[in-house]
Amino acid sequence: MMYHRHDAIIVGAGGAGLRAALEASATAEVAVLSKLYPTRSHTGAAQGGIGAALGNMEEDRWEWHMFDTVKGSDYLADQDTVEILCREAIEAVYELEHMGLPFDRTPDGRLAQRRFGGHTRNFGEGPVQRSCYAADRTGHMILQTLYQQCIKNGVRFFDEFHVLDLLIEDGGCRGVVALELATGDLHIFHAKAVLLATGGFGRLFKITSNAHALTGDCVAIAFRRGVPLEDMEFYQFHPTGIYKMGILISEAARGEGGILRNRDGERFMQRYAPTLLDLAPRDMVSRAIHAEIREGRGIGGKDYVHLDLTHLGRDVVEKKLPEISDFIRTYLGIDPVKELVPVQPTAHYAMGGIPTDVDGRVIIDEQNTPLPGLYAAGECACVSVHGANRLGTNSLVDILVFGRRAGRHIWRFVREADLLPLPFEPEAPIRSEVSRILEGTGRESVADLRRMMQQEMMDKTSVFREKAGLQEVLDHLEELRERSRKIRVQDKGHSFNTALLEALELGYLLDLAEVTVASALARTESRGAHYREDYPKRDDVNWLKHTLAYRTPNGIEFRYKPVVITRFHPEERKY
Amino acid sequence: MRVQFRVKRFNPEHDKQPYWGEYEVEVESTDRVLDGLHSIKWYIDDTLALRCSCAHGICGSDAMLINGRNRLACKVLIKDLKAPIVVESMRGFRVLKDLVVDMEPFFAKYRAVKPYLVNDEPPPLTERLQTPEDRARYDDTTKCILCGACTTSCPSYWANSEYIGPAAIVAAHRFLFDSRDRGAKERLQVLNERSGVWRCRTIFNCTDACPRGISVTKAIAQLKKALLFQTL
Repeated sequence: MMYHRHDAIIVGAGGAGLRAALEASATAEVAVLSKLYPTRSHTGAAQGGIGAALGNMEEDRWEWHMFDTVKGSDYLADQDTVEILCREAIEAVYELEHMGLPFDRTPDGRLAQRRFGGHTRNFGEGPVQRSCYAADRTGHMILQTLYQQCIKNGVRFFDEFHVLDLLIEDGGCRGVVALELATGDLHIFHAKAVLLATGGFGRLFKITSNAHALTGDCVAIAFRRGVPLEDMEFYQFHPTGIYKMGILISEAARGEGGILRNRDGERFMQRYAPTLLDLAPRDMVSRAIHAEIREGRGIGGKDYVHLDLTHLGRDVVEKKLPEISDFIRTYLGIDPVKELVPVQPTAHYAMGGIPTDVDGRVIIDEQNTPLPGLYAAGECACVSVHGANRLGTNSLVDILVFGRRAGRHIWRFVREADLLPLPFEPEAPIRSEVSRILEGTGRESVADLRRMMQQEMMDKTSVFREKAGLQEVLDHLEELRERSRKIRVQDKGHSFNTALLEALELGYLLDLAEVTVASALARTESRGAHYREDYPKRDDVNWLKHTLAYRTPNGIEFRYKPVVITRFHPEERKY
Repeated sequence: MRVQFRVKRFNPEHDKQPYWGEYEVEVESTDRVLDGLHSIKWYIDDTLALRCSCAHGICGSDAMLINGRNRLACKVLIKDLKAPIVVESMRGFRVLKDLVVDMEPFFAKYRAVKPYLVNDEPPPLTERLQTPEDRARYDDTTKCILCGACTTSCPSYWANSEYIGPAAIVAAHRFLFDSRDRGAKERLQVLNERSGVWRCRTIFNCTDACPRGISVTKAIAQLKKALLFQTL
């Protein structure tokens, strides 16, 4: 057993974790733990850009960005937090530039900007150029730049340390327990503050743009330790994943002029969003694609449509979209300059997660009571700036703005807070869970159970949902959980026992699947990414509120929290 | 279709010598080598250790030797390879288990070139200006994902692991040719040491191995030139 003591622990080394680390490490002694090497984090897969109303290409204002974000969220986002997001986005982008991020430039040397889904000028009049970008590898540049700055500032990293437990006692967080992959040893990290920045959990679904690592570990662990989860029924399907593989084809492809077409070659978005067309928000485009497929207008009657980039010309495709062109050539063997690209919606982003306030403090009830010492930021958190549907580019804004705010609050907090004593035998629960898995003699396989869960979630909890299907998934999840108690892993070793870790990750995924489905079953309306075929209308009278799901001995219980509305009153959402 | 894999296995916890594991798995035409390795791990032998994350060639976790070449397992389709598919860990790094190697020395070399923008001048309220032409000068080397494929394909590195290696030089290049950077002097000093760019023998293995298509050898040559002629 190794013991470490730090002012603060940051779990996860993607954009939110690294941005917070940079901020907090200015005065506090911080350690960043990641189950990967930091540069492997999934922020690096973000492609299209980061939205900020710089107005470099045409007039733009943060109020317009705010309006778009609120409308895009189907009015579920808290508007006080969205205001912070859109105001501070501007400074966040300049800061990245000052850190050295290689943004694309205008001819006069300023930051170039381009169109993105749901981003408009003057409160919805038409598309605006707001997304700052570095070709279609913006996330890669952000991740590299932040990691480089962390090296410059001497941030302490524990790479390939997999956090398996949160030490919460008497309403305060006291640290984490982590497994060192190389040795299999458990380590106790004792700290005044812990920031969770572990990203999403797209591995709930069969078709996803998310990395294998995105299994929602700390979201599930927080839930098990009594923290509620907010708005888990809202899970975004990105309209354009590579058919069957789910690999993301950035919205930038449509921002640069790409068009979606059905089997008849028709630009079907004309019928769904006459003003923004292919640049409508993701929930609407994904639903439109599914509707086309259901009505038999998928390509060859199958479950995909075409993304048409052929009219853009080689220059635009190669220079503005080099990464996705490479993906299309590598994985489909076709040339996007000449051929149509088969795409289908892919599980992409969790709007819901661990509830926090605007300083990243985790809150545990509808009165916004903070849990001292515990923070969350980025996709694993729910502030909520994305509400029922996130706009493209806003995930990168979110990690920077709220990563920084969390980091800043942490250094203030650790200056004054005492180091609380550790619980008795802090590693005991996780040690016994690990032993149970390693000593298991059942016949169930982790891969089989995971595959069944992912298929079920894809079939019945994705773009379209209805009561009977959701209930079936819940029942099936119960059965899978029962079977997961009888899993067997062959690997009994210590070093890089990834079979053991995958077994633990399956447990986290099953928990998050259950809370996602239960939250979706409870919400009897359609809003943003949550579309109930049996309740196809938005219902502001009963449902303009956030879900808080709690784990109790009697199963999941729900409480609800009002939405903060400041400037924009809910209206029907048309594009 | 069914395909044969030969995977070099080694777990220092109990193996004295590496050995070849032979497996046959069912794959689809769209499957990557990574999918094949996962089929082995998930359905035949879960003790097989490998790193992976994004599965589409952007995170740099799964560089390995595939049919004799350094590739990312997630960026090679099985249907494009000759069977049996022979998979080994990257050469020149210590094997921790099976396909997992010790990356610490690699990252230490990366850190040695000061891979971050050095500029202490107070920044303007908005962005620093940079022309598209200046931005283009270092574009190629910004693409690096630190997978290690270049460094572990380099005979000069195999011969002498003191050599800083192509990946660290690529990182230095990315900043040296950035008009906003002021750290040239310190960085060039590191590159001019015995362990620096002069160990490169222009073999081009690094360029061939790079899954991101970076012209690594060209970047190294530009830095040699910069050192010789004191120009950037």
